[in-house]
Amino acid sequence: MPEPLLEVRALDAHYGDFQALFGLSLAVSAGEIVAVVGANGAGKSTLLKCIAGAIKSRRDAIAFCGEPIGDLAAHEVVGRGIALVPEGRRLFPSLSLEENLLIGGQLGRPGPWTLERIYELFPALAERRHVPSSALSGGQQQMVAIGRALMSNPRLLLCDELSLGLAPIVVRDLYARLPSIVREGTSLIIVEQDIVQALKAAQEALCLQEGRVALAGQSATLSHDAIAAAYFGT
Amino acid sequence: MTGWGNIVIQGVLIGGLYAMFAAGLALIFGVMRLVNIAHGDLIVLAAYLALIATDALAINPLAAIAFVAPAMAALGYGLQRGLLNRTLGDDLLPPLLVTFGLSVILQNGLLELFTADSRRLNAGAIEIASFQLAEGVWIGVLPLIQFVAAIAVIGGLQILFYRTALGRAFRAASDDPSVAQLVGIDNRHVFALAMAISLAVVAVAGVLIAIRTNFDPAIGPARLIFGFEAVIIGGLGSMWGTLAGGIILGVSQAIGAQINPGWQILAGHLAFLFILAVWPQGLFPKIQG
Repeated sequence: MPEPLLEVRALDAHYGDFQALFGLSLAVSAGEIVAVVGANGAGKSTLLKCIAGAIKSRRDAIAFCGEPIGDLAAHEVVGRGIALVPEGRRLFPSLSLEENLLIGGQLGRPGPWTLERIYELFPALAERRHVPSSALSGGQQQMVAIGRALMSNPRLLLCDELSLGLAPIVVRDLYARLPSIVREGTSLIIVEQDIVQALKAAQEALCLQEGRVALAGQSATLSHDAIAAAYFGT
Repeated sequence: MTGWGNIVIQGVLIGGLYAMFAAGLALIFGVMRLVNIAHGDLIVLAAYLALIATDALAINPLAAIAFVAPAMAALGYGLQRGLLNRTLGDDLLPPLLVTFGLSVILQNGLLELFTADSRRLNAGAIEIASFQLAEGVWIGVLPLIQFVAAIAVIGGLQILFYRTALGRAFRAASDDPSVAQLVGIDNRHVFALAMAISLAVVAVAGVLIAIRTNFDPAIGPARLIFGFEAVIIGGLGSMWGTLAGGIILGVSQAIGAQINPGWQILAGHLAFLFILAVWPQGLFPKIQG
């Protein structure tokens, strides 16, 4: 079996005295989409923040391309090829749409994604490129947030709650673009509360409950009841 | 009437200098919400560095800017990276206290090294050169150079902020420092660059003011307050507003001084208070809340 792209081993995470993750492990292979689901406060976003370096962890708790990255700062992790689409999109309001994309690419990591390719992936953005990012609709903002992350040409893209606050038709549209991202050689971890959407897109799934993995397996083989049990802890 | 015209023009020209004090302050507040109480003392430090350079190398103080500006920029980078970055956070108070302490250290350090004697930089014949713009309106060459330098500095900062990749990083780090790191920006480095640029501007302003008026180790806070007033009159976050703020301050002072020499400083403060009372956001605000 080839070495996984990302390997998380026995990861703990704390907010002060509060422990959010307990010995969590997972692996992501190249070209794979992994869904992480779970209730509010299960530790999904914390997991992504740890991988992205926004929360530092034990050096060997996270390995990427075989190298330990657990103790790297966020801006160094981006340079290694991991980009996060943060929950709530978090665009830079004083930057235009295009500037938001450009700043995602300012590290100059080589790869397939350029401004033109982002506009091909999301044609709706091209004509609004000079609009302040705060003037965009929620769906367009989410596209820019994904585009901003892609501009760093990541090998692993972390998506936190893509569906948050968006109409179902917009969410479907966004998820329909994910395969074209994977085709460029990028793996994805998608964190979602919308379980159906996430499981449909992913090959592997992980259900978190109170900071621990309650259920893991191939998303197609997980039964609805098993997920419900893992989700609510019944 | 030409008498008043003259006064307004002199006020505008000195206003350019105030705007340069203010631009450095506005830059670092805009990028990292850091209020630098030591800004005025750094202006004085730049003047003393220029004094050393002119004495040691026997050069014109205007040429000394070529040495002082890079030195101050390097100092700014180190200061931010080694000290001030550690004070930044959700709370505005720690950087305020630390820069206040820095101000005390700078004043006493300068006093120790250079005594309390009042000093001035001598730029030679250019200081008294002037030309007649219109009947009865004379313009000094040096004040004009200072004003043009101020416009160039502020225009340059404007271009830097809105037309370059570094400016984009400045604005992104200002908007949301934690997300800025997620897109690969090293905030510690970006903030240190902002302080370096701020102190390079301080160096230019500090040398120009030291050619114009006397300085001593304790004069920093008086410089600082003009900078603050110009920033607040202009409105936070707007570079051209800062220039307007500096000019309003300079013109008010010039008019005050004409009415009664003792009113020069007071008139500037009154103009500042009036604008603060009527337009609390300043004349050209860009940063809200």
